[in-house]
Amino acid sequence: MTEPLTAQEVSGAAGALVPATRAADEGRSLWSDAWADLRRNPFFWVSAVLIAVFLVMAAFPQLFTSTDPYFADLAHAREKPSAEAWFGYDGQGHDVYARTIYGARSSILVGVFATLFTLVIGSLFGILAGYSGGSLDALLSRLGDIFFAIPLLLGGILILYTFPSDLETPYLVVVGKVVLALGLLGWPNIARLMRSSVLQVKPNDYVQAARALGASPGRIILSHILPNSLAAVIVVSTINLGAYIAAEATLSYLGIGLQPPAISWGLAISEASGIGLIRAAPHMLLFPSIFLSLTVLAFIMLGDAVRDALDPKLR
Amino acid sequence: MSSTLNNEVLGSTSSWQPHDGLLLEVDGLEVEFRTREGVAKAINGVSFDLREGETLAILGESGSGKSVTAQAVMGILDSPPGFVTGGEVRYCGEDILAMSDERRRTIRGPEISMVFQDALSSLNPVFPVGWQIAEMFRQHRGMNKSNALAEAVRLMERVQIPGAAQRVKAYPHQFSGGMRQRIMIAMAIALDPAVLIADEPTTALDVTVQAQIMQLLEELQAERRMGLILITHDLGVVADVADRIAVMYAGRIVEYADVFDLYAQPAHPYTKGLLESIPRLDRKGETLASIGGLPPNLMQIPPGCPFNPRCNYAQDICREQRPELYEVGHHRRSACHFADQLVRGQEPPLTRRRDQLEGGVRP
Repeated sequence: MTEPLTAQEVSGAAGALVPATRAADEGRSLWSDAWADLRRNPFFWVSAVLIAVFLVMAAFPQLFTSTDPYFADLAHAREKPSAEAWFGYDGQGHDVYARTIYGARSSILVGVFATLFTLVIGSLFGILAGYSGGSLDALLSRLGDIFFAIPLLLGGILILYTFPSDLETPYLVVVGKVVLALGLLGWPNIARLMRSSVLQVKPNDYVQAARALGASPGRIILSHILPNSLAAVIVVSTINLGAYIAAEATLSYLGIGLQPPAISWGLAISEASGIGLIRAAPHMLLFPSIFLSLTVLAFIMLGDAVRDALDPKLR
Repeated sequence: MSSTLNNEVLGSTSSWQPHDGLLLEVDGLEVEFRTREGVAKAINGVSFDLREGETLAILGESGSGKSVTAQAVMGILDSPPGFVTGGEVRYCGEDILAMSDERRRTIRGPEISMVFQDALSSLNPVFPVGWQIAEMFRQHRGMNKSNALAEAVRLMERVQIPGAAQRVKAYPHQFSGGMRQRIMIAMAIALDPAVLIADEPTTALDVTVQAQIMQLLEELQAERRMGLILITHDLGVVADVADRIAVMYAGRIVEYADVFDLYAQPAHPYTKGLLESIPRLDRKGETLASIGGLPPNLMQIPPGCPFNPRCNYAQDICREQRPELYEVGHHRRSACHFADQLVRGQEPPLTRRRDQLEGGVRP
C-alpha cells in the first residue's frame, strides 16, 4: 500500500478486530472533526477564553466591578491609576475601569451583530449568485458593487447622519442603527468572497459526482458547495468583526455612532484623544484601547483556528 | 457478505424493470456546445443500447465525444454551454430526456450511476469517505446515521479496502489513487444501480492498480447483473472486460461490434489505425504505426466522412458523402464506404503513403 499511514491506522494496527459498529456509533462529520481538532489548538483556547470573558463582561458587567460607571467626581478628574481606581479616572472623574468594563457591551454587540448580518446576507447572496450564474448573478453582483463602492466609514457617517440619534433614542435602537449601517455596507465584501469561492468549488468533479449520484440542488449546496467555500468567509468575517468594532469606535469618536451617556470603548478613546490629553492622562486612552485590541485579536485568532480546523488538508 | 448486501438491496429496488433485459437505449443523441466562438457539435447522432449484465465499451480519443455522451445520458451536462439538441435516451423504455428534473434525479444514483476518472477530485475533500458513502444511504434510503455508516463499512470491505472499519473516518486525501477509486466505485454502486457508467475509471492510475480496478468492476458487474458502460481510450483495458465496443470519432459512432470480431478484423480504418498503434512485443525494431493528424475541430467537421483527412484509404466519395453506419455483419456496424472490404480482411487501395499524411505526426 502506498498511502501514508495515519495515526489511526498505526494505533489500530491490531486492526480489523475492532468491530465495525464502533466506528459507526461515533457520528463523524465535518463539524465534529473540526471540534476535535480545535480542542487541541492552544490558540483556540486562548481566544475562546478571552472571548468568553468579554462576552460575560458584556452581559454582566456588574460581576467585574461594583463601581457605578455613571458616577462622576470632578475632584478626581484625570487622576492616574491607583489602588482605589485601578485604571484611574477620566476627564469627568468617571472610574475608567468601570467605564471600560461597561463599554464592552456596545462594542461586542455592534461587532457580533454586524458580522452576523454581513455573514448571513453576504453568504446567501454570494451562493445564489455563484451557483445560479446568469442574470441573477449579474443583478446581485451589480447590487453588491453599488454598496461596495461606498467606503465603510464614509457610508456609515452618511447613513447615521441621515438617521441621527438623540438622547431620547433607546440604547438598543442606537446600536441597531450602527449595526445596520455597517452591515449594509459590509455585506458585498462577504458576498464577493463567497461567490468566488462557490465558482471555484462548483466545477469540481465531486459536485458533478454528487449530481450524478442523485443529489438535489439544495443538497449539493449544503453538503458540497457550502462546506468547501465557507473557510475563507469565516476567516474574513472574524477579521471583519474586529474591523466593525473599530469602525464603531471611529463612528462614536466622530460623534455619530453611539452617543453619551452610552458607554463604549470608541467613546472613551474619543474622549481620551483630545489635544494634550494623551500626554497628560495616557491611562484614559490606554485601557480602553487595550481592551479593544484584545477583543479584536481574540476574534482574529479564533478565526484562524477555525479555518485550520475546517480544512482537513491541514490536519 | 456480498449476498446479504444484495438481498437488502434487492428488497428495495424500484419499479423500474427492463423489457427483455434491455436497460438503456440511446437513440440518435445529439449534443452541441454553444460557445462564443461558435457551435461545436460534440455528439452527432449516437445510438447504442445496453442490456443487463452486458459491458459496452465506448472507445475513442480525446474530444471524440465519449465523455459528453456519458454526461448527456446522466443528465449532468453543464448547460449552458452544453445542450442536448436531439435524440432519446430511454431507460427501461421511458425517455429520460423528457422527464422533469425532479423525476430524473430519482434515476441518478439508484438506477444509473457513474464513476469518474479522477477519484481525488470526485470525492468531497472536507468529509470522511465513510460519511460520504453513508450519505448515499441516508439520502436515498432514509437510513439513520449508524446503520448507514455500518453499511458504508460493509461496502468499503466489498470494494476491498483493507481495514475498512478504521479507515471509514479517513479523508479522501489520506488514500492512494487506487483506494480512492475503490471508494468512488463503492459510492456509485451503493444504491445498486442497474446501469453503471465508468468514465475512464483507470486513466489516473498506474498499470497494476488499473488491472485491480477493472477486475473489481468486472466482479461487481457479474454479482449484480449491472449493465456497464466503460468509457476509455485504452484498447488494452477494453479487451478483457467488454462484450461490445462502440468506437467513436468526432461525435459519431464509427464502428460497433462484438469485442472479438473487432479485434480480429476491424471494419473501419480508424479502428484499424487504433489497433495498429498498440505496441506489440513480437514486433521489435519496427516503427510503431500511428494515426497521423489531429481529430477535427468540432466547429468545422469536414464534409463527407469526418475521418477522411486522416484516412489512408480516402477517395473522392469519402470527401463528398458521409457514410452511414452500415450493417456489415452479425451485430456489426461500420461507418465506412469500404467497410465490406475491410470486414472481409481485404485492404482498399492506399491513396497515400502512411508517412505523407497531412499534418501527420511521426512517432
